Amino acid sequence: MASSSFNPRHLAGLFAQAAPAVISIGLLLVAWELYVNHSGIKPTVLPAPSRVLEQAMLNRDALLDNAIPTIRATLIGFACSLSAAFALSMLVDFFQPLRRALFPVFIVSQTLPLVAIAPLVVLWFGFGLTPKIMLVALVTFFPMLVALVQGYEATEVEIGQMLRSMGAGRWRVFWLARLPSALPYFFAGLRISITYAVVGAIFAEYAGAAKGLGIYMLNAKNNFRPDLVLAAVGVSAALTLVLFGLTVLLQHLAMPWERAAGRQTAGKGPHA
Amino acid sequence: MSRLEVRHVRKAFGGLEVLADISLRVDAGEFVSILGPSGAGKSTLFQLLTGAEHGEGEMFFDGAPLDDHGRHFAFMPQRDALMPWRRILDNTTLGLEVQGVHRKAARSRVAPLFAEFGLAGFERHFPAQLSGGMRQRAALLRTVVQERDMLLLDEPFGALDALTRAAMQRWLEQMWRHYRWTALLITHDVREAVFLSDRIYVLSARPARVVREIKVPLPRPRDPAGARQSGILEAEILDILLNLQPSKGHDHD
Ligand SMILES: Nc1ncnc2c1ncn2[C@@H]1O[C@H](COP(=O)(O)OP(=O)(O)OP(=O)(O)O)[C@@H](O)[C@H]1O
Ligand SMILES: [Mg+2]
Repeated sequence: MASSSFNPRHLAGLFAQAAPAVISIGLLLVAWELYVNHSGIKPTVLPAPSRVLEQAMLNRDALLDNAIPTIRATLIGFACSLSAAFALSMLVDFFQPLRRALFPVFIVSQTLPLVAIAPLVVLWFGFGLTPKIMLVALVTFFPMLVALVQGYEATEVEIGQMLRSMGAGRWRVFWLARLPSALPYFFAGLRISITYAVVGAIFAEYAGAAKGLGIYMLNAKNNFRPDLVLAAVGVSAALTLVLFGLTVLLQHLAMPWERAAGRQTAGKGPHA
Repeated sequence: MSRLEVRHVRKAFGGLEVLADISLRVDAGEFVSILGPSGAGKSTLFQLLTGAEHGEGEMFFDGAPLDDHGRHFAFMPQRDALMPWRRILDNTTLGLEVQGVHRKAARSRVAPLFAEFGLAGFERHFPAQLSGGMRQRAALLRTVVQERDMLLLDEPFGALDALTRAAMQRWLEQMWRHYRWTALLITHDVREAVFLSDRIYVLSARPARVVREIKVPLPRPRDPAGARQSGILEAEILDILLNLQPSKGHDHD
């Protein structure tokens, strides 16, 4: 009944859900185009979407060339922060006092203004990949850690009690109950963090990089080419959307029981 | 010979006295119910038995002090505690898996019981796809396949509608006649206690003590045709429970 393969009706539903967003973005672009054409505003101040698209096509090699380091920094940084968050979340779950010791530090790390931190990290670690990875990890680590720890806590008390009555130890209870219970929280955190990750990478590049969408935007701005800035913004937005879509797909595949539940009753759980 | 014996057990959570003085026993192959008002401390007693909490007093199993709690009891919690992410088959094998039985072996041990538990054809379903009654039967199946010495059932049918509950009670009585489990059942439902049990312990409101032990001499199978006799018993027990109510007032802390 509940197969883990994709179901065409489900895909059609996804498109139906996306339609309002596509329409509203389309309308916005049309209004923008009309405004630029009728007001006679200079393209060096505000280029029309058609011009942005045209320039993006002309410069597609450069855009792609600069998108790749950004994607690399985003993915590597995110993978690092995810592994660290997972390891630490387990530690915190097994040794509760650690939570009180560590969480204040992480909360402070979230209040650091990226604008000020990014140039410093670049200063310390150079124009290479390292400072990008570090900044991406900095902005995504804590949301993931909190999501995981909260998810473990959401485990039904009765399930833990029952497992212990069966003779399961703490590790067994974690593996059989706490970890799966955290999955909805994990994916909610993942969707938020992945958008931060792209922004973090671009910020780091903006502060100094050999290549990347961030430094591309900075150069385009300095050359009075807002059309190319916007083209790069479009690329980063597309990148974020793709990554977001991937997390949704991943959740869909990793949690087949959610779909099964959805078919019977309205979904429940902490999903945005 | 009594399998489980509980002597003068007390339990307080901080300043809250929950169990004042509980003594009871369950013999081999006997079905015993604990009947008491909500919040009396019935689930707390099961927590003591399974080792989730510790209290004062003595507990014996087969004459030996109860220390290695995990070994003797198969426990069914108040809510069914099915794991939403596991298919029904994998939910029912959980206890065996924890015991170290291989997944394949566990499955082949559980699978033949699905028909008897009214779950045939639902092995691959997720819990969310089952009705309330089926979920309870799945939880019960997960409990009994552990083949422990004794079942601890905490209000297995409490969340069900009246009709489903009645059907489940009949089904359980019939299953019990076949398997003769040694079982301790917690319930609010006087009729359920009379219908299923050999003996009933009636508890007072919190702090709980045993106010009455009642034998149920009705013949088995407990077909609903013998309703007149059980009706008299039910009325008597209801009387005891209702007479407990006024005492609730001065028990307040
Ligand atoms: N871990 C705990 N810490 C503090 N108080 C608790 C704890 N567990 C239970 N209690 C309290 O003990 C009292 C009895 O709870 P218990 O769950 O045993 O009642 P019950 O008889 O099973 O009720 P019900 O029939 O509604 O399930 C309640 O007042 C409850 O708040
Ligand atoms: Mg209870």
